[in-house]
Amino acid sequence: MKIAHDNAERHVLTVTVDNEPGILAKITGLFTARGYNIDSLTVADISADHAISRITIVTGGPPQVIDQIEAQLDRLVPVHGVVDLTTAGPHVERELALIKVTGTGEARVEALRVADIFRASVVDTTTESFVFELTGAPDKIDSFIALMRELGLVEVGRSGIVGMLRGAEGS
Amino acid sequence: MSDTPKADRQSGAAILTQCLVDQGVEFVFGYPGGAVLPIYDELFGDERLRHILVRHEAGAAHAAEGYARSTGKPGVVLVTSGPGATNAVTGIADAFMDSIPMVVITGQVPTALIGTDAFQEADTVGITRHCTKHNYLVKDPADLQATIEEAFRIATTGRPGPVVVDIPKDVQIAVPSARNAAKLTASHRYSPQMAAPAEQVIEAVEMIAAAERPVFYTGGGVINSGPEATRLLRQLQDMTGAPTTSTLMGLGAFPSEHPDWLGMLGMHGTYEANLAMNKADVMVCIGARFDDRVTGRLDAFSPESKKVHIDIDRSSINKTVPVDLGIVGDCATVLGQMIESWGARKPQDLGEWKARIAGWRARECLAYPEKSTKDPSAIMPQKAVERLHALTHKREPIITTEVGQHQMWAAQYFGFEKPNKWLTSGGLGTMGYGMPAAIGAQLGCPDDLVIDIAGEASIQMNIQELGTASQYRLPVKIFILNNEYMGMVRQWQELTYESRYSNSYSDSLPDFVKLAESYGWTGIRITEESELDAGIEAMLAADGPVMVDCMVAKDANCLPMIPSGAAHTEMLLYGDAHEGTMDDEAKALV
Ligand SMILES: Cc1ncc(C[n+]2csc(CCOP(=O)(O)OP(=O)(O)O)c2C)c(N)n1
Ligand SMILES: [Mg+2]
Repeated sequence: MKIAHDNAERHVLTVTVDNEPGILAKITGLFTARGYNIDSLTVADISADHAISRITIVTGGPPQVIDQIEAQLDRLVPVHGVVDLTTAGPHVERELALIKVTGTGEARVEALRVADIFRASVVDTTTESFVFELTGAPDKIDSFIALMRELGLVEVGRSGIVGMLRGAEGS
Repeated sequence: MSDTPKADRQSGAAILTQCLVDQGVEFVFGYPGGAVLPIYDELFGDERLRHILVRHEAGAAHAAEGYARSTGKPGVVLVTSGPGATNAVTGIADAFMDSIPMVVITGQVPTALIGTDAFQEADTVGITRHCTKHNYLVKDPADLQATIEEAFRIATTGRPGPVVVDIPKDVQIAVPSARNAAKLTASHRYSPQMAAPAEQVIEAVEMIAAAERPVFYTGGGVINSGPEATRLLRQLQDMTGAPTTSTLMGLGAFPSEHPDWLGMLGMHGTYEANLAMNKADVMVCIGARFDDRVTGRLDAFSPESKKVHIDIDRSSINKTVPVDLGIVGDCATVLGQMIESWGARKPQDLGEWKARIAGWRARECLAYPEKSTKDPSAIMPQKAVERLHALTHKREPIITTEVGQHQMWAAQYFGFEKPNKWLTSGGLGTMGYGMPAAIGAQLGCPDDLVIDIAGEASIQMNIQELGTASQYRLPVKIFILNNEYMGMVRQWQELTYESRYSNSYSDSLPDFVKLAESYGWTGIRITEESELDAGIEAMLAADGPVMVDCMVAKDANCLPMIPSGAAHTEMLLYGDAHEGTMDDEAKALV
């Protein structure tokens, strides 16, 4: 017999929650228990008194599954609100990456040149290595990493996506 | 309580008991252990709370469910850490699936030992995270009062459900420091939407008014919403004339004696209910959730209808069945809004629709053979339920059930006229639910007749609770339809696995009469149909608890049945051949 797979559509959700113990487990557990995907998840507290956290989740699924994910998140007691940036309107997505590259000679010069084009900054250097910091949309980071692969890439760390609606309104 | 000066000097355990009293709690269903001794010491001699000592923590949780479902008030459970908490998990998961308001207090090892694999430590908050509406670990006695208050509010409002409050032993003993004493958690964070937007109500009413073939499909949400919801449902039905069916959980919201009552729908629902759903042009789902047991094959479910779904839980809307109009709100509130909006309208002439339904009714889908083919002298189980109903319905009994064929026969052949009289494990389908639930219901409704319609296999899952009923002199009745099989399993094996009865025979059964007697109960055995009425009368005449072992046909099957994965139009009825096998796609469905 066949196991069914659905066509996925990428969505970026922001979730504001009470910053209480277990909240992240509650949210990630909801995703695993109900079979939803998490492509990326970031979380940090965002209020002066550390009471509120904002989570950005990149997920995928057919529209009715995305609607369910929103509804399921929304009914958790510590969740204040869920916004689907993908449907809510124009928004920005940013991600930070740290990328370590080793090499000498021409490869090292080339790595620095490419980093300059991408406006990555050098945050650490030795005679045979760099650590670059790059912030941008995820696909920009993808292309930078792809180029670095040929120039001595040894390690990548990515923060996952943080997103926000464009314009004057808060969500 | 916090304005008494003494409050500041109370231990966590004393604060807890005071909070329970303030919440109006009458009964605490529990079982002691090391991590809750401070709370048990507070309960000692406290006349304000009555502690019911069960025999297993699963019994405590199900008893709390039975109390909650029969009274509409939250059930309260108190268990120790580790095995106490894990034993309660099945009941917590059951309450979660069936939206039963419940607050479960679990003891935990002292704060300093959490995470060290201490004796009787279990990660209760982790284990119950996905089978509770919400849960807490309380690390400071100063937070207890606010936490307990919020726990009750969350358990009882919106879509009800179980809430676990895990309290480490040191927090039970400690006295909150004055500095923290006034700490309260934010109350803004949880506020269910009760009323529907006016335009949605108007749209729903217009859809019903234009319908030529309307049907109301109601569920446990109507019962959970309270007696007012039941009253308003009946009123709206009266105004619109819509034929009405209900899920297993919703039985009793609409009277079974009403001419427009279609019976239960779904897998073991009636022919007329399932065909009415299939042919309806407008379906109004009120407080139900399109469970797979109800819908059958999704792409063939009520294909011609425009669908309205009223539910307090927005995640229930469009979860499995897309609807034309989803209304988030409380059943009673929205029904009230709809009645007001309906005003003095007249429904369409539903004569033709009702005539069609009458045609389906004439199929008499609940008729069953007089005698079993393999076991011709045996009592037919359906007959036993019918007689039980006939001899008790005047007393409007509370019926609980276990899980299996007997549960479905009870749903099919025992008519309910009122809400809160039917307590069954619907979503989780937990064998062993019925006896503890009956105990909880009997405590909450001391003047009611409470009967657990049981199977001989299920009843053994929480058989230890016989002792609880004896101890508290609860006159509950257990009526076992003893077919010497896990009948529902046997039935599926006939349908799907060419009658290979793998492990579904109930071997080595106890003598239920002697077993009952050993606990101080009355035991009655019924073997012949001629003894059926007298046996039931004897059960009713005894003032204490009674266990009836009613021997029934071993081969009777529960019909009608929509095999899983089939459409509402593909029902099996009595007389249809249904033994054999199925393809893998069908076998994979539950
Ligand atoms: C705790 C639990 N384990 C297993 C099952 C699966 N199950 C469903 S019905 C059933 C048989 C029940 O037998 P019995 O209580 O004799 O009822 P009958 O179907 O014969 O009326 C079983 C094993 C269940 N529902 N719950
Ligand atoms: Mg049986």
